Parts: sequence; C-alpha cells; structure tokens
Amino acid sequence: MKLHFFHLMPWPDLPEDFQRRYRSVWVDVPSHLYDPARGHQVYNDYLDELEYAAACGFDGVCVNEHHSNAYGLMPSPNVMAAALARRTQDAALVVLGNSIALYNPPLRVAEEFAMLDVLSGGRLVAGFPVGTSMDTNFAYGQVPVTLRDKYYEAHDLIMRAWTDPDVFAFNGKFNKLRYVNIWPRPLQQPHPPVWIPGGGSIETWEWCTRMDYLYAYLSYFGYKRAQAAMDGFWREVDRQGKERNPYRAGFLQFVAVSETDAQAEEEYAPAADYFYNRCLHVYTGFADAPGYRTLATVKSGLQAQVGQAAAQLRQGLSWKDFVDQGYIIAGSPTTVREKLEEVAKGLNVGHMMLLLHFGNMSKEQVMKNTTLFAHDVMPYLKPLFNEWDDHWWIRPLAAERRVVPAPPHARDRAGVT
Amino acid sequence: MERERYLLPVRGGIFEAEVYEYGDRDAEPLLWLHPSNGLMRHEYLDDLGARFRVIAPSHPGWGASTGLEQIDDPVDMAIYYYDFLDALGISSCHVAGHSIGGMFAAEIAALDPHRVRRLVLNNPVGLWRDDAPVLDFFAEDPVAVANAVFFDLQGAAVKALTPDMSDPQKMMQAMYERMQSFAAAGKFLWPIPDRGLAKRIHRISAPTLIIWGKADGLVPASYAQDFARRISGTSQVLILDRSAHFPMHEQREEWSNAVLQFLAAGET
Repeated sequence: MKLHFFHLMPWPDLPEDFQRRYRSVWVDVPSHLYDPARGHQVYNDYLDELEYAAACGFDGVCVNEHHSNAYGLMPSPNVMAAALARRTQDAALVVLGNSIALYNPPLRVAEEFAMLDVLSGGRLVAGFPVGTSMDTNFAYGQVPVTLRDKYYEAHDLIMRAWTDPDVFAFNGKFNKLRYVNIWPRPLQQPHPPVWIPGGGSIETWEWCTRMDYLYAYLSYFGYKRAQAAMDGFWREVDRQGKERNPYRAGFLQFVAVSETDAQAEEEYAPAADYFYNRCLHVYTGFADAPGYRTLATVKSGLQAQVGQAAAQLRQGLSWKDFVDQGYIIAGSPTTVREKLEEVAKGLNVGHMMLLLHFGNMSKEQVMKNTTLFAHDVMPYLKPLFNEWDDHWWIRPLAAERRVVPAPPHARDRAGVT
Repeated sequence: MERERYLLPVRGGIFEAEVYEYGDRDAEPLLWLHPSNGLMRHEYLDDLGARFRVIAPSHPGWGASTGLEQIDDPVDMAIYYYDFLDALGISSCHVAGHSIGGMFAAEIAALDPHRVRRLVLNNPVGLWRDDAPVLDFFAEDPVAVANAVFFDLQGAAVKALTPDMSDPQKMMQAMYERMQSFAAAGKFLWPIPDRGLAKRIHRISAPTLIIWGKADGLVPASYAQDFARRISGTSQVLILDRSAHFPMHEQREEWSNAVLQFLAAGET
C-alpha cells in the first residue's frame, strides 16, 4: 500500500467569527483577510512540512489547485511541485492536479507537467481534476454545461501531445492548434501515471475505468460516507470486466495521531473545527452551478461536497462525531493503524492520501503528527496489498542516474562581493 | 382559448422542438420566445392568442426540446429559429421574446431582418453595463432573486406562480427542471450575459416595442434606452410601473393590451 502526504495549504488566520461575518470562504472571500508577509511564512512552513514528510518515507507528496479562496492557497500547484522537486529525493510529486479545462491552450499543462517530470527525474503523478464549481465556473468563468466537454477535449489534446512523436494539427471544438509539438517531453514513457480526482460524478467512474486511470475519491466526509461512492466505482470496474486491483483507487483521509486517543482530541480538535467551520464555509450559491453536475449524478443522490446540504450534515458536529462518523481518523498509533487498515480494506484502496495538516494546525503539531505516523503507523500499513502490482505508479530514473541538486551557495563563498 | 402541444422535427430531425400553440391557426403568426426558467405558466399567451396564432416553443435544451449540444451561442440559436420557422412554412412573422428569449429575438431580427415583421423585446438580456450589472441569478439566494424579479411578493400573481412545495416529489421535479433550464441558460448567459449582441443589434429594422417592468432588479430598466438607441428601426419604450421582471404576470392586462396594440398597428 502507498501512503501519501497531502497538503491543502489553507489560510490559517481566518477570524473566529468568520462564518458569521462572511458568506463564503471561496469566490468572494474578501482579500484583505490575506496578509502577504504572513503568507511568506505560511508557504515556507507548508513546504517544510511536505519536505519533511518526503524525508520520513511517505511514498508521495500531494498538492492541488484552487482559486479565489482561503481554503487552499495553490492557484498553481505546479509552482509548489517545482519547489519540491529540488528538495525531495524519492517521493512522488503527486499534483492532484491541474484543472485542464481552465487553460487556453491546455498544452500549458502538458508542458509544465513534462517540465516537472524531467526536473524530478520521472517522479510526477499527473492529476487531471475537473475542478470544483467554485474554481471553474465562478472564479474562472467557465460555462457549467460545457465544462466537461472542454475537460475531455483538453485531456485528449494533452495525452496526444505527450505520446505522438510527430507534430500534429488539433482541430477541437475549444482548441484550434495548427502545430502541436511540446518541448520538453515527459521523462516517464509513454506518459506519467494519470490520476483522476473525483468528488462522486458517476460519469467519471465509467471514463476512468475505461481509460485505466487511477480514481481518487476526495471527500471531506470520511470513509463511512465514502462507501457508497467507492462501491459505485468498483461496480463499474466489475461491469467493464477489469481487475479489482486496489491500486486503481485512491482515497483522501484526515488523520491525527498522538500518544493516546484523549491526547489526539485535546491537541487536534481545534484544527478540525477550524477546517470544517471556516475552511469549508462555502456559500451554497457557489457550491454547484446549474449544469456543473449532470442530472444523472444529481439524481443518483450522491452528496455534493460543499453547500447547504453538506453544511447541514456537519451542523453542530463535535470532535467525537467527526471521529465516530469517520471524518477524521484520530487517536493513538494503534487506533489509527487499525482504522486505516479497516478503511483500506473496506474501500479496497491502495493509495491513501493523508491530510496530516488540516485547518490551522501549527507547524509543531504537523511535525508531531507526521513523525508519529511515519514511525508508528506507516510500517504496519505498507505491506498491505503486496500481492498486487501497482500499474498506477511513477517510473523514475534509477537512483544513480538522478541528479542531486547542489546545496545552496553561501553568498560569501560565491565569489560575489 | 384553444391550446395545442406538438413535437416538431427541425433541420432534418437533428432537433425536436416542443411547441405550444394558442389561437387560430389562420391568424397572423407570432413567435413567442420564453425566458431562462422555461415555458412554465403562460396564461398571458391566451390574451395574445385572441388575435394571433401564437407559436411558443421550448428552446433546445429546455423542456422536451432537444439539440442544445448543436448550439454554441445566440447566433447559432437565431439560425436554428430560421430552420424552425422553415419547418412551419413561415417566411416572416412577429417575434416577441422575454429575458433570454428577448436576447434570441433580437438576434433573429438582427441577423435576417426580412424574417421579422414586428419585434417585442420584453425585459431582454444581451447587453452589459458595468454601472448596471445584470444580477447573477445563477448564484444569488432564491429569496433575493424573488425580490429582484417581482414588484410585489405578496401579490396574487406571485402566489399563482409559486410551485407547490408541500409535495416532495413535485418539489424534486421542480428542482430538476430548474437545473435543466438554468444549465441551458448558462450556455448563453454565463458568466456575463453578453455574447456580442451589441455588434449586431444595429441591423434590427423591424418596428420594435421595448417593454419593461420598472422595478426589475434582475435586468435593470435602464437597459431599455440602450436597446432603443442601438436599434436602427423605429422603436418605442414602455415602462410598466407596478411590475419587475415579469410584467406579463404582475400587470397582465396592461401588458397584453400594449403588446396587442403594438402588433395590431402593423396589420394592413
């Protein structure tokens, strides 16, 4: 089993009364709440945390893309992945991912992902999300009802740009290109592994399975509520006559480890509250633009991740509820280990993406959470699913062929006065 | 008053249009183009049916009409409506449109002025002014939208329009219909309801009535003069005082009389 450290990079200083004073953490959240000097500290802390996780032996470090929000401060996750490429050795750079329908032309994504793959020696995982309604429809003005068509066309263009050795013309509906010819080419051949993060659109299951891409279910509601979505996905895998290889699937889980269950609550409960009541405070009018989800998905009853209905689910939940209902797996290493094993087996998920930073956790808390997880949880989980081959994993250059970046030069030794 | 519903194949069956008709088949034809929320309640069309053959289709993607995926913008929509009129054997007729339907009506009248005899633009969208933005009704709170589109929320007209929310099944159905209609509307209005009509509107030569509910908080009535100023043909503006985005509901009598009088003035 593979274990990844996922960072959302939230803004940690939203005021106590944020929910009362502002209608949304996304789209129209006032930008005066952001302080760039403090942001300098925050970005660097977050990168330290990701680099530490990579050094601790996590299989991958994950970054993702969001816009006009205080929930996750990576409009371009590629910038963060580039920083990580130079300061990590073996961990996969899981960019989960670039919302490919937003780029004109989407070749920009093919190029930047190829740059990251080459720079990192073949450690890139290429994630192609549709993107949330807040990000795509509201912040980036995309027409909801054509977003998915544009997404699929962008995907076709990027994949062909990576795999077709010749210059070609692309006459799409949304993209007209006379000469497609990207430099650099990706290092991993024919292309980096493709992961599709989804929030439960039923059309994605069919497509993802048909294309043999990894399906990553990113839910804030934990493993108990994820069961229906993951069951739906695995039924589709069965229907298409493909193997139930657990490495075909990824899952996002909040985790909080401390010495004891009681200590976990004491240490991490405020950060959980910050996440659920401030970071997820999305105005319902921005949650799900008409046409963003298909009628088929809406009628299937799958829960939208944010908005009024989702907020009602979370209404008044305490730490105990978050833990009991599986939103957060928390406690001593033994508790966390047992629950995560149950989740991995129950959902049949070979790639577990762990949010060991959430809400407004301090750097010290994150380091502790990460250390305890790496030492006392990870070794017990890694052997799980060893009987399966992971066809959705990076194929980097052999370690001896990978370049180790030179250490930073001290100014006084650089020959500059 | 006679009403009839039928399905009409358009452009060799690529589209299937759901059509409602009012009035006498032999009367002069009037094409009625509905707003973003679709052809929901349309008793006011009975008034127009007293004098005209009112043809009220659902746009492709709304109601039971198909083929939205073949249409990318309002110009495509105008060309679709020429094919639609061809399928009915109508070479020219009066055209009236409400809100997004007004935008389509303006495009139809601009792209081929010969096909439109008289034009009625009722609280149309299609132009944009930074100093009077059209409300983002896709995202805005339903209560705020209701306040914007009606003059008197307590009035009888509004009560008659309110869907029955006591039956959960009906409520779900209404929600699905709203999703479908607004998803389709987004193709022409998202994120800003300007798809270049300003470049084409000068070609409108049909006599035009621009009619607006004064209290419209969705598309402010200040746009009425913008439409009038840009149209080359003769145009007149009528602002109705006690209505907002739906004058045909809130001031049905005044609205019907004004529209009938304007259209009848063109009869020979």
